[in-house]
Amino acid sequence: MNFLPYVVAAWLFVVGLYGIITSRHLIHLIVCLAVVQSSTYVLLLSIGYRTGAGAPIFANVPPGTPAVDPVVQALALTDIVVGATVTALLLALAVQVHKRRGTLDPNRLRSMRG
Amino acid sequence: MSINALPPLPVVLPLSVAALLIATAPRLPRRVIDLLAIATALAVAILCALLLVRSLDGPIVYWFGGWLPRDGIALGISFVIDPFGAGLALLASVLVVASLIFTWHYFDEVGVLFPVLTLTFLGAMAGFSLTGDLFNLFVFFELMSVAAFALTGYKIEEEEALMGAFNFGVTNSIGAFLVLTGIGLLYGRTGALNLAQMGRTLASAPADGLVIGALVLISTGFAVKAALVPFHFWLADAHAVAPTPVCVLFSGVMVELGLYAVLRVYWTVFAGVLAAHEDRLRPLLLAAGSLTVLVGGVMCFAQAHLKRLLAFSTISHMGVFLMGTACLTADGLAGTGLYVLAHGLVKGGLFLAAGILLNRFESVDENVLRGRGKLLPAVGVLFTLGALGLSGLPPFGTWTGKALIEDAAADLGFHGVSVILFLSSALTGGAVLRVCGAVFLGWGHKENEEGKTPKYQEKETKKKYTRTPLVMIVPVGVLFLLALLAGLWPTLKSETVRAAARFENPQGYADGVLEGSAETLLAVGPKQPPPSGFLSSVTATAGAVVLALTALFVRRLPQSLRRNAWRVGHPALAVLRTLHSGYVGDYVVWIIVGVAMLGGLCAWRFG
Repeated sequence: MNFLPYVVAAWLFVVGLYGIITSRHLIHLIVCLAVVQSSTYVLLLSIGYRTGAGAPIFANVPPGTPAVDPVVQALALTDIVVGATVTALLLALAVQVHKRRGTLDPNRLRSMRG
Repeated sequence: MSINALPPLPVVLPLSVAALLIATAPRLPRRVIDLLAIATALAVAILCALLLVRSLDGPIVYWFGGWLPRDGIALGISFVIDPFGAGLALLASVLVVASLIFTWHYFDEVGVLFPVLTLTFLGAMAGFSLTGDLFNLFVFFELMSVAAFALTGYKIEEEEALMGAFNFGVTNSIGAFLVLTGIGLLYGRTGALNLAQMGRTLASAPADGLVIGALVLISTGFAVKAALVPFHFWLADAHAVAPTPVCVLFSGVMVELGLYAVLRVYWTVFAGVLAAHEDRLRPLLLAAGSLTVLVGGVMCFAQAHLKRLLAFSTISHMGVFLMGTACLTADGLAGTGLYVLAHGLVKGGLFLAAGILLNRFESVDENVLRGRGKLLPAVGVLFTLGALGLSGLPPFGTWTGKALIEDAAADLGFHGVSVILFLSSALTGGAVLRVCGAVFLGWGHKENEEGKTPKYQEKETKKKYTRTPLVMIVPVGVLFLLALLAGLWPTLKSETVRAAARFENPQGYADGVLEGSAETLLAVGPKQPPPSGFLSSVTATAGAVVLALTALFVRRLPQSLRRNAWRVGHPALAVLRTLHSGYVGDYVVWIIVGVAMLGGLCAWRFG
């Protein structure tokens, strides 16, 4: 069993979170969130991976040809769609913030405390 | 049309109407759009009520596209409807109807986007409650979240609204990724996404690190949505800035759905394999619930901003709900179910009442509003009713739920739970009663040092009404009336206990879904409400009244007592306030801390 993809997935998750925590710019923060999300793509695809198997397309191949798991690929695809939606929405919010305040530094944008 | 075709409709109908509205919006007058949206939400409510009644006798299993399971293996996607899921969908649709009616006069340029987003939100919540597939659950979770982010930032001209939506978006997305990672791990182990099949496969082998890891990831991910401490920070920020009719949906049902997801997944997927560990799980969950109750309750009492105050009260109640379910018994879960229902109705009504104040006076700050509410006696009466309902005064439905939870915990030997429940009711009810006294009676003094409270969230309407329109007051009254009804309905309690026993029966669930066999109904003896529940609820309300009066007339207390209380209480409160920093990076740190803590505790307890 090859652990490398799982290590990569864990690394992406952690490094993305680190980026979000230390971010000084909302756009940078949103990209870090996308990095965290890409960890889930790597994880899903590596779960369905089989050594030596082809893509799960069953046209023109004899029955019984090994293929990687199509379910996780469908999940990853859905995940990407979700990610695009969330990222677009957050970027739109960031654009509006910049219009009102002229800054994207989260430290200067706190308005709610306590 | 037979009832067998109904299950997808609560999702399909609002989503289709939303799409239709946005496509035809330029040609439709505003009132037609509003009416269509309200009619759709009403239709969903009726559908959910039908499904609820039907599911009392057994689960309704619906396979999309006719992909039935074979030999216990499910490739298709199913909706599995039980009274809890249908009940939550029903609550969601009733609250959507109330908030759509409330917005009739509320926004000036409501546009088509508000009803469209609300209907999308409703469709997602319904799907989330009804699905029997783990990945489906994730997709509806995301749809629900995205609609909620957009609704929070609806007033894009206010930067506070934007930042509230932003914090909400980032924290909840991280929660979703945690859930998805957990789903990936479970799929890798079981090769299934159907909840029933996953549970069966897992139960065939003892729990190992991967199973515990997946449980931690999925629970913490959904706990972000459920706003359990320390994952709760986004909630107050989002509630303070979101339009008031949206807060109704957030506090009334969306947050509760986060907990529902944890429970649904736990009882279908993990309960079988972790059955031997239940005794070790309980204290852990009860402790987490108590912490949530206390943090939420204290922060609630410390707020002057009415919407933020109500938001923290929701957090406190989420702690109570967690404690009820932490008993892992049918009584505890049934108590939580009843409490969620009544709390959603009461809290929804309170938020709408706060919306009336905001409309009339363009502020929801207690100190700004002091005494000005004398103009609105009817709203004052309603508000006070809501505050009493929140504190669990019989015969509000909050009372039956709380009494059941107390009982369930006492049966297991956790007698301290009733103290925590008392604190929750007294602190949150007391805070709202204090606001009532200040706003509608003008009691208490203006606090000058609090004058610097940030002035976020003003003005959702341009036109000020000299009389509060009836469409604003009626939904509030109806919601409170329903909450009363929930407490008085004679068979509601026994039916809920029966449904809870089914909810907590993974074997029966799996048989029903995969074999289509009738569920083995567990015999549940109907229990009489103990008089102690009545007494303790009245005590809690009395505690709330005392707290509120103390806060309002604090200056009449002896000086030395006040100074000592200040010396003890102020530093602790200051620390708590500093933690709620409004900075998303801090919130993410707390999510990581929470995941690490739960992971560590689970490794220690189950290791």
